[in-house]
Amino acid sequence: MTEPMVRAEQVHKRFGRLAVLKGVSLTVMPGEVTCVIGPSGSGKSTFLRCVNHLEKIDAGRLSVDGQLVGYRQEGDKLYELREREVARNRAEIGMVFQHFNLFGHMTALQNVCAAPVQVLGIARQEAREHGIELLRRVGLEDKRDAYPSQLSGGQQQRVAIARALAMRPKLMLFDEPTSALDPELVGDVLAVMRGLAESGMTMIVVTHEMGFAREVADTVVFMDGGVIVEAGTPSELLANPREARTRDFLGKVL
Amino acid sequence: MLLLVAVSIDSIVSNPRFEWDVVGDYLFDDRILDGLVLTLELTVAAMAAGIVLGVLLAVMRLSPNPLVAGASGFYIWLFRGTPVLVQLLFWNFIAALYPEISIGVPFGGPEFFSIQANSAITPFVAALLGLGLNEGAYMAEIVRAGILSVDEGQHQAAHSLGMSRLQTMRRIVLPQAMRVIIPPTGNETISMLKTTSLVSVIATAELLYAAQLIYAENYRTIPLLIVASIWYLALTTVLTIGQYYLERHFGRGSARELPLTPWQRFTRIVVPRHAEPATEPEASGR
Repeated sequence: MTEPMVRAEQVHKRFGRLAVLKGVSLTVMPGEVTCVIGPSGSGKSTFLRCVNHLEKIDAGRLSVDGQLVGYRQEGDKLYELREREVARNRAEIGMVFQHFNLFGHMTALQNVCAAPVQVLGIARQEAREHGIELLRRVGLEDKRDAYPSQLSGGQQQRVAIARALAMRPKLMLFDEPTSALDPELVGDVLAVMRGLAESGMTMIVVTHEMGFAREVADTVVFMDGGVIVEAGTPSELLANPREARTRDFLGKVL
Repeated sequence: MLLLVAVSIDSIVSNPRFEWDVVGDYLFDDRILDGLVLTLELTVAAMAAGIVLGVLLAVMRLSPNPLVAGASGFYIWLFRGTPVLVQLLFWNFIAALYPEISIGVPFGGPEFFSIQANSAITPFVAALLGLGLNEGAYMAEIVRAGILSVDEGQHQAAHSLGMSRLQTMRRIVLPQAMRVIIPPTGNETISMLKTTSLVSVIATAELLYAAQLIYAENYRTIPLLIVASIWYLALTTVLTIGQYYLERHFGRGSARELPLTPWQRFTRIVVPRHAEPATEPEASGR
């Protein structure tokens, strides 16, 4: 039996008095695409951010590729990892943000090459060649010397995907990657993500794109109120939801 | 309004007590020029110290470690809360407080290095310490404002790529913070240029003190103060121009296209770059 890529068990997270995650359990196998849907404020983005330790979890266990996220276990005690170790683990997980977050002072190619050179210590020339190849893969080879402010939202998001891929991650997290885009630009970004899924990348995608979830996802997860209400294959969950809350939500967005 | 300007100019030119000929005589006097050089040295050195210290203190102040952040807060409180003139005097008289400066193991351990405070802390060193340490406190707040102006998403993106806190600061946040940091830093540099004149109280022959020494001999007070003022104005002008180009450099990526410099605008007017072909019969034929 293969080890799951992501295993979350009863993950809790609170911001002050507000409990955002109230026991989320989820397993993602290697090569699987999991789409997380749900109303805003349901905790789906927070959960995603917990997976690469951008947020600390308060209770439960979360592991990626068999390794605990942000902690080290000795006996039955958990020790918090030092910053450098957290960073090393994050380097293996790619993340794509709703608002792209490209580095504004760097060109598209510099954005893609920065982390491989600085974090992985890859030679500049090699990183550059790999970066150009990745930009070609997302269809933006000709934009490599453009600054983010000179690119459309869709182009920026595709550069952001290339930037994450440059670290050769074993897992990709997408946090509402198309929510900030004009409708006509969404297609290009989804096409890149679809290609990535077909190449066998393990992906967790928080999205409102039901069409994408239906066609690409292996598993669709519906979250509401900080818990997973229902999970299943796209055909089960999107066509025949068991829970009333899921039906209610799908009725509003479809 | 124009009349007021005309009357002022007339009075400045015709009032003999300005003694413009004396101003001319002393403008390039050796002592004045030496003072000018010292003023420049002090400004550059104190600002360099202030900027390095400021970046360090700002990063410390934003540290999640309360001890580190607290130390930086204490420094800023202390150096911003006392007049720089008092600090200059303190450093000048430091020998009264600590006659001997030594490096070694504290509380009675062996001593590796020792020096008389009076010989180590010359007036120039005291001036540099006073101005630089004080400037550090102000620069810290300017740099902190710059860091806070960079979107939180930039930190998150850098962290998600595996960059450490320091790498994120150095490679991602600070370069983008520069856009916000430079204008007030230019302001600080210009202010520093003038604040160096305070150093005259600890007998360091910078520009103002040099002028004072001369008018103490010949009693031409006003013309020599004008000489000093002219030099301060000239240096400020140079600094302002320098700031413009620095801002332009760090504006990369924030605007879609860089605005033309005044010089480029000038040359475009004099020598049009693209001579517009009014009628080009061959082009339409092909």
